[in-house]
Amino acid sequence: MPLPHQPTSLPPGDEHDLSAALSIHDLTVAYDRRPVLWDVDLDVPTGCLAAIVGPNGAGKSTLIKACLDLMPRVSGEVRMFGSPWRAVRQRVAYVPQRETVDWDFPVSVLDVVAMGTYGRLGWLRPVGKAQKCAAMEALERVELTELAHRQISQLSGGQQQRVFLARALVQNADLYLMDEPFASVDAATEQAIVAVLRSLREAGATVVVVHHDLQTVAEYFEHVILLNMRVVATGSIASAMTAKNLRATYGGRLTLLEQAATALGQLAKDR
Amino acid sequence: MLATINFFDVLFLGEWNTRVVVLGAAMLGLAGGVVGTFLVLRKRALLGDTVSHAMLPGVVGAFLVMQAMGGGGKSLLGLFVGAALAGILAAWAVPALRRSTGLKDDAIMGVVLGSGFGLGIAMLGIAQGLPGGNQAGLESFIYGRTASMIQADAIAIGVTAAATLLIAIIFAKEFRLLCFDESFGRAIGRREGLLDLGLMFLAVVITVVGLQAVGLILVIALLIIPAASARFWTDSFTSMAALAGGIGAVGCWIGASISALAPKLPAGSIIVLTLALMFIVSMVCGVKRGAVRRVVRAARLKVRTGRQHLLRAAAESMELSGEDYWTFDNVLQARGWSPRNLRSIHHRAARSGEVVPIGSGRYRFSDCGYEASEQVLRNHRLWELFLIRHADIAASHVDRDADLVEHVLGADLVAELEQALERGDETPSSPHPIGHTL
Repeated sequence: MPLPHQPTSLPPGDEHDLSAALSIHDLTVAYDRRPVLWDVDLDVPTGCLAAIVGPNGAGKSTLIKACLDLMPRVSGEVRMFGSPWRAVRQRVAYVPQRETVDWDFPVSVLDVVAMGTYGRLGWLRPVGKAQKCAAMEALERVELTELAHRQISQLSGGQQQRVFLARALVQNADLYLMDEPFASVDAATEQAIVAVLRSLREAGATVVVVHHDLQTVAEYFEHVILLNMRVVATGSIASAMTAKNLRATYGGRLTLLEQAATALGQLAKDR
Repeated sequence: MLATINFFDVLFLGEWNTRVVVLGAAMLGLAGGVVGTFLVLRKRALLGDTVSHAMLPGVVGAFLVMQAMGGGGKSLLGLFVGAALAGILAAWAVPALRRSTGLKDDAIMGVVLGSGFGLGIAMLGIAQGLPGGNQAGLESFIYGRTASMIQADAIAIGVTAAATLLIAIIFAKEFRLLCFDESFGRAIGRREGLLDLGLMFLAVVITVVGLQAVGLILVIALLIIPAASARFWTDSFTSMAALAGGIGAVGCWIGASISALAPKLPAGSIIVLTLALMFIVSMVCGVKRGAVRRVVRAARLKVRTGRQHLLRAAAESMELSGEDYWTFDNVLQARGWSPRNLRSIHHRAARSGEVVPIGSGRYRFSDCGYEASEQVLRNHRLWELFLIRHADIAASHVDRDADLVEHVLGADLVAELEQALERGDETPSSPHPIGHTL
C-alpha cells in the first residue's frame, strides 16, 4: 500500500529521500537564456540547519526563490516534505533579503510581523487579537518587544533583519528558507539569529540559509550546500566542506580570500 | 456680499440642486484618496495617468459605435463602458509589454499614454465632424465639467465610488501586503498578478467615474495628490489612507462648490487646484515629514551637538591646562567652529546654567555643567574605544547622541569597555592624544 504522501512524479529509480524537508531534482533556472542554476540536485534532511554557500552570483538566492515559485524554472522539480510547494505552503516560511522592501513604508513593526499570519488567515479575515499576540511573541524571541509600535524606518539594519525573522517565526513553519539573514548585521543581531535558529532546530524544524561567511558555516550549521551554478558538494560539514570542494566552488577567488585572511591575521599580530 | 452668501449656501448644501452634485464629488474624492494610497505605495502613480489618457479612444469609440447603431451616442453608461474597456486594456498592456520587450516601465508607459491619447484625439476630430458630434459634449471628458452633471449622474458617481471604497477597505490588508513586500506575499501563496489586477481595476473605476467631474487629463490628481499629501502627516498606513480619503473628499467638495457658483470656470482644474493647495500646506506643515518639521529637527540637532561639542572641548581644554576654567580662544582652536557659532553656543550654555562666564573670555562650569561634561566625555571616549575595538560591528550602532552608552550597547559591553580602559567607573582618558580630535 503506498504512503499517502508518496510523490508519483519523481522518476523511478531516482534516489531522493522521501522524508527530506527539501528535495530538489534537476533544477535549471535561467535569466534571459543565461543559465543561473544548472541541474541542481540535492536533499536537505528534516530537522537540520543547512547553509547554502558559494561566491557572488553563484545562484544562492535564485535557488531559494525557485523553490518558492518566485522565479520560473526552465526544468526540474522541487518537493518539500514529499509534496510540491503549493500543497504544503503553510508549512514553509520565507525570509527575503531585507533590501527587497522599502523601509520607508508607512507601517509599524508589529504590523509587519503580523503579516506572517496572513497565510493562515486567508484573504478576507482581518488581523485580530490572536494574530497580534502571536506577533508579539515572535518579537520577544528576537528581542524587539520595545520596538513593536515603531515605524519601520526607525530601525537599524540589524533590527530590520530581526523583524523579518520574527515575521517568519509567526508562520510557525516546518521549513524555513532564509535569504542572507546575516548580511551586514551587527554582532548582537547575529547572536540573536543564531539562537533562534538553534531553537528552531530543537523544535524539529528545518532551516535552509543563504550564507556568505565561510568562517562561521561550521559553527552555525551542520549541513552545507556548496553552490556555484551547479551543486559542487552537499552533505554534512565534515564530508562536504573540504578544501578541494571549496576550491572547486570558489575557483581562483578562494586564494584571494585566503590571502586576505592571512594579511588580516598578520595585521592583528602586529598590533 | 451676495456672492459670499451664495458660496456658503452651496458649501453647506443649502441648495438641493447642487447638494447631490457636491456630495457625489466628495464621495468620489474619498474613494480616490483611499485607492490612490495603494497606488502611491505600490509606486504605480504614473500607471494611473497612462490608463486615464488611454481612455479617450474608448470614450470616443463608444460614441461612434452608439452613433452607428443609431442611439445618438449620448448614453453616459455607454461612454463609461468604452472608457473602462480602454483603461483596462492599457493597464494590461503595460506589464505585458514589459514582459515581452524587456523595456523599462517608464518608457512603456510613455508609449502607451502617447499613442492612446493621440489615437483618441484623432478619433475625436472625426466624431466632431459627424452630425450631432459637437453636442455630445465629448470634450467635457477631457477637461471635466462638474456643473454639467445632472442629479442622476452624481448619484451614479457617488454610488460607484462608495462601492469601490468598500472593496478597497475589504481588501486593504492584502493590498498593503502587495505594496510592502510582494515576494513575501507570493511566498505565502498570494497571486501577485491577481492582486495587481484588482488594484488597477479599482483605479480604472475611479478614473472612469472621475472623467465627468475632472476630465481624463486631471483625474490622476484625484488619486495621487491626496495620498501624497497624507504621507506628510503620518507614518501609519491606516491613518494615511483615511487622511488621503478626507483630503480628497474636502478637495472635491470645495472644488465642486466653487464650480457650481461659477459654471464658466473649468471645474476639473478648480478641484485639482484645491487639492494642490492642500498638498502645499501638507508639504510645509505636515507633522511627520513636512518642511517645517524637518527644519526644526535639523536645528535641534545642531543645538544639541553644539552643546556636546562645547562640553567636551571645554573639559579637554581644562584637562590640558590644569586650570578650573577655559578661555574662549583655546576652545576655538580645538574644533573647526567659527567664532560666531562658538559664541552663540556659549551664550546658550550660559542661559541654560551649565556654563558661567567669569570675564575676559574665560568660562567655567556650574555644578550641573560639570556633571554633564563628565557624562559627555565618558560617552565620547567609550564610543571611540568601541569603534577601535569592535570595528567589525555595524557603524549604525554608534549613537553619539545617546544619553547613556548603555542604552545602545548594553551594560555588558560597556563594562567590558570600561575595564579595557583600566579606569573602572571613572571618566576614561582619551584613547588618542587630546587636541587631535577626529
